[in-house]
Amino acid sequence: MTALLEIDNLGKRFGGFVALENISISMEAGERVGLIGPNGSGKSTLVNCICGTLKNEAGSVRFDGARLDGRTAHQRTRAGLSRTFQLPRPFLSLTLLDNMRIPLLYAVAARGARHSGHEIEPRCLDLLRVVGLDGKARQLPGALTQVEMRKLELARAMAAEPKLLIADESMAGLTHSEVEDILALLKRLNAQGITVVLIEHIMRAVMSFSQRLIVLVSGRKIADGAPDEVVRNPEVERAYLGQ
Amino acid sequence: MRSDVFLLVWLVIGAALYAGAEALGNDYVFFAGYVVLQYIVLSTAWNILGGYCGYVNFGSAAFFALGAYSTVAIHQLHPMPIPVLVVFGGIVSGVVGLGMGYLTLRLRGAFFAIATLALAVVLETLIVNWDYVGGSRGAFIVRPETIAPFGSYIRYLFLIMLLLAVGSIAVARLIERSRLGYGFATIRDDEMAAEASGVPTLWLKLIATTISGALMGMAGAPFPYYIGYLQPSSAFGLDYAVNSIAMPLIGGTTSWIGPLIGAVVLGSLQQIATVTISSAVNLLIVGFLLVAFVIVAPNGIVGLVQKYVQHKRVGFVGRHHVKADMPAGIPGSTP
Amino acid sequence: MIFSFDLFINAIVSGVLIGGFYTAVTSGVSLSFGILDIVNIAHPAFIILGSYVAYLVNTELGIDPIVAGVVMTPAFYALGAGIYQVYYLSFEKRGQESLRGLAFFFGLLFITEVMLVLYFGVDYRYVGASYIGPTWHFGNLDVPLRLLVPCLVSLLLIAVLQLVLTKTFVGRAIMAVAQDQFALKLMAIDPVRIKRIAFGLSIATASLAGAFLIVIQPVEPSVGRQYIGRVFAICVLGGMGSLPGTVIAAMLIGIVESLTSTFYGPSWAPAVAFGFLLLTLAVRPAGLLGR
Repeated sequence: MTALLEIDNLGKRFGGFVALENISISMEAGERVGLIGPNGSGKSTLVNCICGTLKNEAGSVRFDGARLDGRTAHQRTRAGLSRTFQLPRPFLSLTLLDNMRIPLLYAVAARGARHSGHEIEPRCLDLLRVVGLDGKARQLPGALTQVEMRKLELARAMAAEPKLLIADESMAGLTHSEVEDILALLKRLNAQGITVVLIEHIMRAVMSFSQRLIVLVSGRKIADGAPDEVVRNPEVERAYLGQ
Repeated sequence: MRSDVFLLVWLVIGAALYAGAEALGNDYVFFAGYVVLQYIVLSTAWNILGGYCGYVNFGSAAFFALGAYSTVAIHQLHPMPIPVLVVFGGIVSGVVGLGMGYLTLRLRGAFFAIATLALAVVLETLIVNWDYVGGSRGAFIVRPETIAPFGSYIRYLFLIMLLLAVGSIAVARLIERSRLGYGFATIRDDEMAAEASGVPTLWLKLIATTISGALMGMAGAPFPYYIGYLQPSSAFGLDYAVNSIAMPLIGGTTSWIGPLIGAVVLGSLQQIATVTISSAVNLLIVGFLLVAFVIVAPNGIVGLVQKYVQHKRVGFVGRHHVKADMPAGIPGSTP
Repeated sequence: MIFSFDLFINAIVSGVLIGGFYTAVTSGVSLSFGILDIVNIAHPAFIILGSYVAYLVNTELGIDPIVAGVVMTPAFYALGAGIYQVYYLSFEKRGQESLRGLAFFFGLLFITEVMLVLYFGVDYRYVGASYIGPTWHFGNLDVPLRLLVPCLVSLLLIAVLQLVLTKTFVGRAIMAVAQDQFALKLMAIDPVRIKRIAFGLSIATASLAGAFLIVIQPVEPSVGRQYIGRVFAICVLGGMGSLPGTVIAAMLIGIVESLTSTFYGPSWAPAVAFGFLLLTLAVRPAGLLGR
């Protein structure tokens, strides 16, 4: 079986600054992967290159058997790649319900599985219920707290019905029990066959979630393997955990 | 309300308007009404790109003039019925809108705005140099005095513009309620998030520029017949450029009703005011109103009315009690 | 038309001279649009305002128009600072600069032009100065002083601006505000104040550019609109906010316009800048020098 996501020698620079260098990662369908690294190590840049928000100069990305290079962000979302933004980017003039509607109308519908008009609204409400926001379905996102916005961001990424979901710091600022809720949610998604990549600073969450841990430092991948082994890796300790 | 019912209601309103104007029995009403209707089409068209997608088109006059001059060009070749000319004008302006959009919309929004601003100047240069359509001297279009069964020709022109106005309102509302309308709103809010949700932003922006440009061209197509003598300076008039932006922004940009209100209010006031004050003063007032509204009332007249209604409702039930679960889904109530 | 070498050389020279003047016209936009990211489409209207102010001072007091342009820069600076304050409070702070902020500047453009029409009418106005009229001849080469003087003073203006931006504290803060507002806050510098100063400077250049314009050609209120495509084309082509890039782009567009009007007729010249603008946006949006 071929890998679901295959990143091969990916490189990205901003002017003279090398943000990512020779990144190669392979993920199988159904994996739970943690991606960690200090601030500015290139985690979000990597996500942006995978999802087409930024263009990588070197290397290639294959997803679900097809090359993604040159494809736009919306084509990648339609292909089954979904992500949250580190700083939530809700559609401010649309209600929470309508925020959910967008991926259903545009990403899911493009795969041919068009929900009929009557089905969409209950589906949107279901998604909001999963993250506990169904009570505010008819409100605008401007009134939400930062934590609620993160949940909305996650729900919208789920609404695109992805094969691979990248959660970029979805738990920052959440309480202990909220983190547990989100982790349980991500694990449920994973149990349905969705590959989940978790980018997180909360080590407890990463360690309990991940089957596999990847560490980025200064735009390079320095470790990739079982979480227990990776955190004992001296290079990781020196560069990241021991700082 | 369903879209076909909506269209039907507006056709009835249109018929009533026509009958009312007919009852007044004065051609001046048709001449003045034509201009107001023309502004309804222009401001609704502008709002499809500007209000729904958040992309500013400063070149309304250019798209309008393209429609008008495509009529002159065809007329020089062979006179044709006006509905055919309207279709031609729409195609020409729509294609130019598509081309401009393709070249500039992949970049930041400001570049599109700047390009449309420059487009008006350049198209005027081209027209002034093009003798076939009259060049800088202008072109005469002799319109028949009467046309059966409408009587005077201006009534026929009025009716065409009335149908265009009803049509453009119906198109705008249809877009608002459709998948396309949701897509446009995401472009206005956050294009990066829109792409990540599967919205093909460039494609949707091109659809918006094409529809918007085409409607403006359609509004311009009958204009040579209305004015009789078309000069570059009248087709590329500043009043079109400024009014088609001022009317939606003063009326309110989030739904079809805003541009309609803006066009009817400002258009009628201008028709009355040109009789009493000079057209330059007239335009100056529009300019000041535009600046005042964008600063003080970002959601236009519609926003002001909604604020007033909400305020009253809140005041009635008791302020702090209602605030927590105030419905937020009303168009235009965006913070 | 038969190709004549003399005609060609003369067209190049007048293109360079006009290009020099274009740098002054564009420098303000390079500051506001290029560095501050404020899409001030009303800039050409302020240039025309500058022309009329120079005209008034020249005809009423008999002062040299370019001297008048220099003297009036503080007033234009104040105007610019005031406009930025309104813009900041009404649009930038609320995050509405893309739609309503643009409409605001469009309104200003429009109000300025119509007010000038109401006050001065639509007749062409011109100024008097000793260097308007004479032409230096070098063999078959003609160098009209009314083009040479504005060109030289424009280049001086650019040099001064470049020095201010690179050598002074405020100038470096202006360059920094474009990169990282947060870093400025850490240094206890108010980014809004820096942007207000920069925008004031940008409008101050319009006073000078306006004076140059009315030295070069007679002016009426709607002339400004012809400069919209031009200044933004030069600004983008020059790499958005790089003053050396602006000089090169301005010269390039000046030369191509001059060649076009010499060999195809002056009425086609306005289309040149627009062509450049579209081409640049389509092919190389980072500008000639890139960034």
